[in-house]
Amino acid sequence: MIEQYIPVIAMIVTGILFGVVSVKAHEILGPQRPNKSKETPYESGMEPVASAHERFSVKFYLVAMLFILFDIEIVFMYPWAASFRELGGFALWAMLLFVVTLFVGYIYIVKKKALKWD
Amino acid sequence: MELLDIGILAAKIFIVLHVFLIGAAYVVLYERKLSAWVQKRVGPNRVGWRGSLQSFADVLKLVKKENIVPKAAHQGFHFLAPIITIAIAIALWCVIPFAGPFTVAGKVIDLTIAPGLDVGILLLLALSSLGVYGITIAGWSSNNKYSLLGGLRSAAQMISYELSMGLSLIGMMLVMGSLNVSEIVVQQSGYWFGFLPKWNVFVQPIGFLIFLVAAFAETNRAPFDLAEAEPELVGGFHTEYSGLRFGLFFLGEYGNVILMSALMATLFFGGYNAPWLQDLAFFQQNEVLRAVLQIGAFSFKTFMLVTVFIWVRWSIPRFRYDQLMNLGWRVMFPIALLNAVTTAVVLQAIRS
Repeated sequence: MIEQYIPVIAMIVTGILFGVVSVKAHEILGPQRPNKSKETPYESGMEPVASAHERFSVKFYLVAMLFILFDIEIVFMYPWAASFRELGGFALWAMLLFVVTLFVGYIYIVKKKALKWD
Repeated sequence: MELLDIGILAAKIFIVLHVFLIGAAYVVLYERKLSAWVQKRVGPNRVGWRGSLQSFADVLKLVKKENIVPKAAHQGFHFLAPIITIAIAIALWCVIPFAGPFTVAGKVIDLTIAPGLDVGILLLLALSSLGVYGITIAGWSSNNKYSLLGGLRSAAQMISYELSMGLSLIGMMLVMGSLNVSEIVVQQSGYWFGFLPKWNVFVQPIGFLIFLVAAFAETNRAPFDLAEAEPELVGGFHTEYSGLRFGLFFLGEYGNVILMSALMATLFFGGYNAPWLQDLAFFQQNEVLRAVLQIGAFSFKTFMLVTVFIWVRWSIPRFRYDQLMNLGWRVMFPIALLNAVTTAVVLQAIRS
């Protein structure tokens, strides 16, 4: 079983190695002539005003939380979809109930305008 | 694992890595040529025969550029972000089957890096959803306002469209009854009514369309390239990246375009199956030649889908951010859910 995953791990390691080697090679091959204005963040030619790590819109957090909710729903649907032939009618009704329950929640967040960007 | 298996695996990884790199280089050139054609320009034509070496010249130029990291940036994460992006773009190739298995000197060779993985699609989705880390970390670690906005936008966009992407595949999985990519391709090898290839796109057209749109959003391509919308965000999340670090983001983006095309070809267009042709007696007897034919068919399908990506990019204007989120959450998500449920009900009705 675990042998199946050796190629996957090998491929991930290859990818990481490729990235690290090219970035390191670039640091060696490329010129290094830093100066003060090069090292300030780009802000359309102005002196940067304050740090960029400030507060940002709460909408992004909201989207992330809603994503987790619905992504879990989808993760539950995967094994059901893969073994749908063996499970049959009862599983279909159970899954429909689950989907309808979450869809009520979806209608609620739409009505609450949680997904409205302006 | 025997020594021979390790050798074969190493050879496969070597070949796929190089096909990936050279393929991405030529897709960049292809995009530039095609966009030039769309806009009645000439396009790159100076380096090599009709500009055929342009991308390699660009890479050399990027290597010779200075690596500039802002003082205020988080050095470690700034270094990590392009590596995450490229590592995922490479690792995703491990489940794509390039051709059917064939026998050489009594040894069965499977042209998939990780053959017979039972969780193939799940692994694909899991790895591709890690891609959001690369972009978000790049945006945050640069300590640049444009980068941060680009990274945040892109994170919200990618997770929103991931829902539709995951849901659009459920209909396909219900029909196939498997998460194993190789098995899904084998199941698509027959014909309906004796002539129409058994491709999933004919059973799941809505699922395919949703997957296609979600793939545009996942790869941050136009019309969904808000992460790097030039008029408002300079360069977006890679504003503070230069030289090869920027090159890795660029390579990762084009690599993901090829990968998404290859994935759509595999899941919806019959993968490596070359309908009608591979049933000829000549190819049935000669397994190696059949594998060559299948690689050709697979490459052709992938190429056509890459063309769709480029065609869409140069035809459709960019979305506004609220339109983008509206489309993802209020249009695509319900349609994808309805598609999955309808497929399940119809399948159950056919069976009983």
